[in-house]
Amino acid sequence: MPNDMQTSGIADHRLTPSDYADNFTDLHAPLTDHEALVAADRCYFCHDAPCMDACPTSIDIPLFIRQISTGTADAAANTIFSQNILGGMCARVCPTETLCEEVCVRETAEGKPVLIGQLQRYATDGMMGRAHPFKRAADTGNRIAVVGAGPAGLACAHRLSMNGHAVTVFDARAKGGGLNEFGIAAYKAVDGFAQTEVEWLLSIGGIEVKYDSPLGSGLSIDDLKADYEAVFLGIGLGGVNALRADGEDKDNVVDAVDFIEGLRQASDMGTVAVGRHVVVIGGGMTAVDAAVQSKLLGADEVTMVYRRGKERMSASEFEQELATSKGVRIIYNAAPVRLTGNGAAQAVEFAHTHTVDGKLENTGETFTVTADQVFKAIGQTLDGAPDGLELTGGKIKVNEVGQTSDPAIWAGGDCASGGDDLTVTAVAEGRDAAEAINNKLTAEG
Amino acid sequence: MADLTTNFIGIKSPNPFWLASAPPTDKEYNVRRAFEAGWGGVVWKTLGEEGPPVVNVNGPRYGAIYGGDRRLIGLNNIELITDRPLQQNLREIKAVKRDYPNHAVVVSLMVPCEEDAWKAILGPVEETGADGIELNFGCPHGMAERGMGGAVGQVPEYIEMVTRWCKQNTRMPVIVKLTPNITDIRKPAEAAYRGGGDAVSLINTINSITSVNLDTFAPEPTIDGWGAHGGYCGPAVKPIALNMVAEIARNPETANLPISGIGGVSNWRDAAEFMALGAGNVQVCTAAMTYGFKIVQEMISGLSQYMDEHEMTSTSEIVGRAVPNAKNWQDLNLNYIAKAKIDQDLCIKCGRCFAACEDTSHQAISMSEDRVFEVMDDECVACNLCALVCPVENCISLDAQAPGTIDERTGKVVEKEYANWTTHPNNPIGEMFELTTPDE
Repeated sequence: MPNDMQTSGIADHRLTPSDYADNFTDLHAPLTDHEALVAADRCYFCHDAPCMDACPTSIDIPLFIRQISTGTADAAANTIFSQNILGGMCARVCPTETLCEEVCVRETAEGKPVLIGQLQRYATDGMMGRAHPFKRAADTGNRIAVVGAGPAGLACAHRLSMNGHAVTVFDARAKGGGLNEFGIAAYKAVDGFAQTEVEWLLSIGGIEVKYDSPLGSGLSIDDLKADYEAVFLGIGLGGVNALRADGEDKDNVVDAVDFIEGLRQASDMGTVAVGRHVVVIGGGMTAVDAAVQSKLLGADEVTMVYRRGKERMSASEFEQELATSKGVRIIYNAAPVRLTGNGAAQAVEFAHTHTVDGKLENTGETFTVTADQVFKAIGQTLDGAPDGLELTGGKIKVNEVGQTSDPAIWAGGDCASGGDDLTVTAVAEGRDAAEAINNKLTAEG
Repeated sequence: MADLTTNFIGIKSPNPFWLASAPPTDKEYNVRRAFEAGWGGVVWKTLGEEGPPVVNVNGPRYGAIYGGDRRLIGLNNIELITDRPLQQNLREIKAVKRDYPNHAVVVSLMVPCEEDAWKAILGPVEETGADGIELNFGCPHGMAERGMGGAVGQVPEYIEMVTRWCKQNTRMPVIVKLTPNITDIRKPAEAAYRGGGDAVSLINTINSITSVNLDTFAPEPTIDGWGAHGGYCGPAVKPIALNMVAEIARNPETANLPISGIGGVSNWRDAAEFMALGAGNVQVCTAAMTYGFKIVQEMISGLSQYMDEHEMTSTSEIVGRAVPNAKNWQDLNLNYIAKAKIDQDLCIKCGRCFAACEDTSHQAISMSEDRVFEVMDDECVACNLCALVCPVENCISLDAQAPGTIDERTGKVVEKEYANWTTHPNNPIGEMFELTTPDE
């Protein structure tokens, strides 16, 4: 008998191929020309627009929308890419509801912002299918190492190459893109967009990528410093926080990031096994992505449990609504106490929580949720940073232009201090570090 | 990125986008901001003669007409020429030109219709290093009541006389700015040409009252209960301006007279259209006053993309390209037959085409119970109204009927040969026209 949503334990092929196709289609279908014009016409072309301020990469949003509305979408794409070379991915994965669209004056006036993210995708998709807008400056003779081919590293490498430097990118994995390739929910970057974007970005030339080259064995920071004029670290957060609950080591208790990575790399969603009863512990984007995709894979019951209240959740309201609209149950104000089961987890016991004098405490009241599979999504931690670099708040300490305590090393993205852990923030930090490196090398001649 | 460098009557600028003589160019501060934003040139707001400056009203100076979504499509203004001292303006012009040698700085002038008054101001302006002068024969309000501006522009003999005075007394190129508040724009343009003007610029603003306050029964803008007509500009005047530019460009008397196009230029496309009808560059005011100077970035990127796509390397390749196709009505081909066609895949079923045709045109669109709208070829005269009121671009097209097919409306075969009104049998005075095809 074939598997279905009620099949016990962890199972693959719970759904039909057409169910998988429907479930993992584009979250927002691309705008048609007509839709783009209608959406663009709603922009007021604000002076000193709030949307621009809200964008970590400071894209000139009113300008690119006006360019779309006057029939010059390529010029719009240029406006976007000149600030954010990963504008294509950011158009898909940015939490626009908490960035540009949240502050759109039409959100204020009518509760309906201009569809900035979707318009950005309209412009960038149009150009990415055909051309790369930038050319390299004359070769400077400088060589720079970038560690990590995620959003920060790619943005840094691209801007350095634009400025005429030769860049070598080292990445631990067999493919580039970082979390864009391995971490983002599948329905936000369909049709292999992450790889398409990497190839398009690299088409500027001047960037060599060495995959399967993790920092550590065989690739030391000292060697990089010796061989290159500057080093940029965009290594992300490789570690995962522990639950600190009894039974955490039982079978089928896994890191959400590993589950998502496996799902993203699967060529057939039917082959990805998921529990009938899934429990996700955490309140961030990773938790939502794991919960929603579990449901889309055919899990019968998915419960997401967060230790604090709805308003403290780092996943946006839009993301929470997306989760509940897909059938995910979200329980707020509860923390795991123990995982029970013989060998493999069978249930999770939670305690309700409340805040007393600013501290989170268990109320003493407990409840149990059945679980074949438990995903831990309570935050990632820095792992594998070179010794000797000053840290702050568990991240590599950097100044406003991304320079670390070692003046020859820059860092950006999730591994570096400052800013939210967002793709768009990583792009801004990588870009700005590249400009700082360029300024330093130019000044030194 | 195409090269937008433009040479207009010897005045070079990085692009063909100039700011017109108007409030945005009244001060050094604004002009510097304009150049930093990317404008290729400015025509400095009109200077008057030495002495106490003019004064402006202290109530509203502007009135507006809006389109949907509160878009400003027409602006009316009753501001006069600069109300700042002449010497201060001259100092500022000199400073700006010194710091922006590659940008165009043209100075607009308006003094009484006496040769000494014009002689007196030309020298000091020349000393600023400005690239040229523009004679303001256009402003329709205030100054016209004092015998200047539009009052001069309505008398071709005065235009010719003052233009000649200026050409005789300065080495600077002279642009003559024309008023549209006349019956035939070709006459003042010819006068400017006869007077030796290097170019004309047009249009200045159109006499207008934007609206009436229905509580106070006063025209807007209202100053203490009264209103005076002002000058109308903005996107709403573009069609009037385009026609006047074309009239001059296709007039054999003035075919070689350079034109600076003005009137509702709001984006790169408007600019390219003016240039195609003969303008060597364009001047902009209302769009900048509505959105700020940054719009020029879109104009630059848009014109550049257009030129790249059409493999043009110089803005001069656009200039005049549409002039040979601008004709008189009597030249149009009456044997050309088109029919409207509705793309059912694109139709959003709003029904506006049906309402327009049924109520106001030729009852040539049918509507089914399930809201399918179709053109009836036996009624359609191809007026284009349905296509114009349709909110979906390209949903309704006007398709040419192939020669040899039958026009279902007339039952006649569509002829391949060109034939216009001058040869039409219904024309009672056909023999008065020069026949363009031999009479069989």
